[in-house]
Amino acid sequence: MTINMGPQHPATHGVLRVALELDGERILKAEPIVGYLHTGMEKQAEYKTYTQSIPQTDRMDYLAPMSNNLAFCLAVEKLLGVTPPLRAVHARVLLTELTRLASHLVWLGTHAMDIGAMSMFFYTFREREEILAMYEQVCGARMTATYFRVGGLAHDLPVGLLERAQDFLDRLPGHFEEYTALLSGNPIWLARTKGVAVLPRERAIALGATGPMLRGSGVRWDLRRNMPYSGYDEYEFDVPVGEHGDAFDRYLVRLEEMRQARRICLQAIERLRAIGPGDYRLRDYKYVLPPKEDVKTSMEALIHHFKIVAHGFFPPQGEAYQGIENPKGELGFYLVSDGSPKPWRMKVRSPSFVNLQTLDTMVRGRLVADVITAIGTLDIVLGEVDR
Amino acid sequence: MTPLPPGRVEERLRARFPGVEIRRQEGEAVRDLTLFVPAASLVEIATFLRDDPELDFAMLSWIAGVDWLPREPRFEVVYGLLSLARAARLTLKVALPGENPRVPTVTGVWPSADWLERETWDFYGIEFTGHPNLKRILLPEDWSGWPLRKDSPLGYDEVAFTHNTSERVKPAPELTRLKPKKVRTRAR
Amino acid sequence: MTDPHGPGPANPLRILGDAAPPSNEAPRAARDETGALRSDLERNVLFTTVESMVNWSRANSIWPLGFGLACCAIEMMAALGPGFDLSRFGAEVMRPSPRQADLMIVAGRVSVKMAPVLRQLYDQMPDPKWVIAMGACASCGGVFNNYAIVQGVDKIVPVDVYVPGCPPRPESLIHGVIKLQEKILASRIELGPARFQKRRGGAA
Repeated sequence: MTINMGPQHPATHGVLRVALELDGERILKAEPIVGYLHTGMEKQAEYKTYTQSIPQTDRMDYLAPMSNNLAFCLAVEKLLGVTPPLRAVHARVLLTELTRLASHLVWLGTHAMDIGAMSMFFYTFREREEILAMYEQVCGARMTATYFRVGGLAHDLPVGLLERAQDFLDRLPGHFEEYTALLSGNPIWLARTKGVAVLPRERAIALGATGPMLRGSGVRWDLRRNMPYSGYDEYEFDVPVGEHGDAFDRYLVRLEEMRQARRICLQAIERLRAIGPGDYRLRDYKYVLPPKEDVKTSMEALIHHFKIVAHGFFPPQGEAYQGIENPKGELGFYLVSDGSPKPWRMKVRSPSFVNLQTLDTMVRGRLVADVITAIGTLDIVLGEVDR
Repeated sequence: MTPLPPGRVEERLRARFPGVEIRRQEGEAVRDLTLFVPAASLVEIATFLRDDPELDFAMLSWIAGVDWLPREPRFEVVYGLLSLARAARLTLKVALPGENPRVPTVTGVWPSADWLERETWDFYGIEFTGHPNLKRILLPEDWSGWPLRKDSPLGYDEVAFTHNTSERVKPAPELTRLKPKKVRTRAR
Repeated sequence: MTDPHGPGPANPLRILGDAAPPSNEAPRAARDETGALRSDLERNVLFTTVESMVNWSRANSIWPLGFGLACCAIEMMAALGPGFDLSRFGAEVMRPSPRQADLMIVAGRVSVKMAPVLRQLYDQMPDPKWVIAMGACASCGGVFNNYAIVQGVDKIVPVDVYVPGCPPRPESLIHGVIKLQEKILASRIELGPARFQKRRGGAA
């Protein structure tokens, strides 16, 4: 018997459709059918300048928007061969780790809600509201931030952000205790997640899984540690690795990642305080907008501003790929430039797209209820899968 | 995790496949190691890269198609490989002609290529011979055309403003005839 | 009779007689028999029109269909979550099945592949039904104007309220729901068999 789950379904985290072939309650084959949110972002990027494509990236993995911005900006900076100033680098780390926290909080809330623990949703969204308030303080938007630019940040960090972040991070361990107390020893949670949705180690690598999917299966691979970018090599943090590759291990990995993200944020705040006020954007006016005060007083700055806004900057002819450790896995942008202000090709290596291929491996031979657990533990975002 | 010395991948490949034309992509702004390989030897080279204990490119990270219209060869299929043991990336490229582009599938080497090749088929119409399930994945199944090719339009829908629309659009008659009750929304 | 609260959506009930005095005093009609009857009536009998009653109950207990597509879905979830609590306004239960829902909040961009599914879900909803187009993508295509996105969900289903934003804040969504409630309260309903209805329009 073949039944269809979705695309409108309360537990598919968006418009995912899964065609399940069943024998009674046992699953013979699970085939995800995607494309219900296909937005044509890669085609549209060929018609927009690099800076105009940054808002599009927010809408891909909309649970970790600044992480997407970071990946794109790093890819363009790699193509140009520039590095932003230190203040921008560490501000990016701070905000990206806060984004990781926000993304994992949504994951935890919705995964638990799907399995039946409804109250987790309310607890984690309460914490997430505070992170969104910080987003709003920084750039004005709660979710779709578009805060990073090629060469740095759009505007400087606002006064009071570091204190607010510090205060939030100080209260966070108490919340983590709440989550652990509610779930980690809960017999229902253990029954629903231990031994469920197992992804063996070799299969994970062969299928291209990355992020907590890979680490939960016992592979110690984290791009922040193994192929560092944006100053991560100066930070101290642990990379949690699971053992059995089941949903419970991935839950523990993500919970620990939240704690490590908090640790990185605290170090970033210290570093930003040590660096003090300074340049938040590169002063290379061929590619980056000059500061507004200069635009009003200097002719060259005015011309640079005009050229960059009206036409966009002209990168060299070439290509670059930059992958970062998104909360969901390896998010990468492959940019091909033909020398014009618009990219010739922008390809998004989306972690959820590749991770979703593992669904069939994880649920074959299991019961239908395990499909829900498997989709939850995959932590997919359909905006990213379909682009 | 010992890193690979620079040039080692190319050296090993040329030593193992002496007759095959392997060309490195030159360019000041080509930021990653990119090698052009012919389509006919792709699967052999891929298997070697995966199984060799020194190189160990165990993961296929991404596949992209690029359309270079009007240049020939028109299409490029770009494979992004990742070696976890050596923390190294490698980009392989296969150049294909514009007429009937086809390349053998690497799903036998890396199962992650399954959906990645389907996506490239969906966008460009590049056929991956031997693929177990080459159907459209992101676009509707009955879609005709290859949207990411440079000769396919963006599909931009011209928005009607007063400066580009000559006639005022009148509302439909049935909407003007009804008069809803006046709602008192504030207490008196 | 004067009605200090006025007819209308805030109080669709017209209460016979003046408003009752504060309860510290003894009821003034206690000794008088007709007065007792009158005060009983005042407390227990309400007069209104069926239309007001029906509209009031429809407006204050809207059941949304859980139809989150993209980023706006997350703000919709935030609107239902703590902090912005949409259930204060009656939209407590989010029904997963279209057969039990009466409001479809299209939260997110509608791709060409999803459009027939959306239309089918809309057709499966029983009357009366309303649609809120949440966000710029559902209203007009938003940031994306290309081959893959339907430029506005009103090309497929009739929309009652458009909520702009990318994504709209949860307060904006709540404002949209309140506007929809006002629209429902102002609408005309049809009673009786369809063949006796002279005009179409209103809540159906």
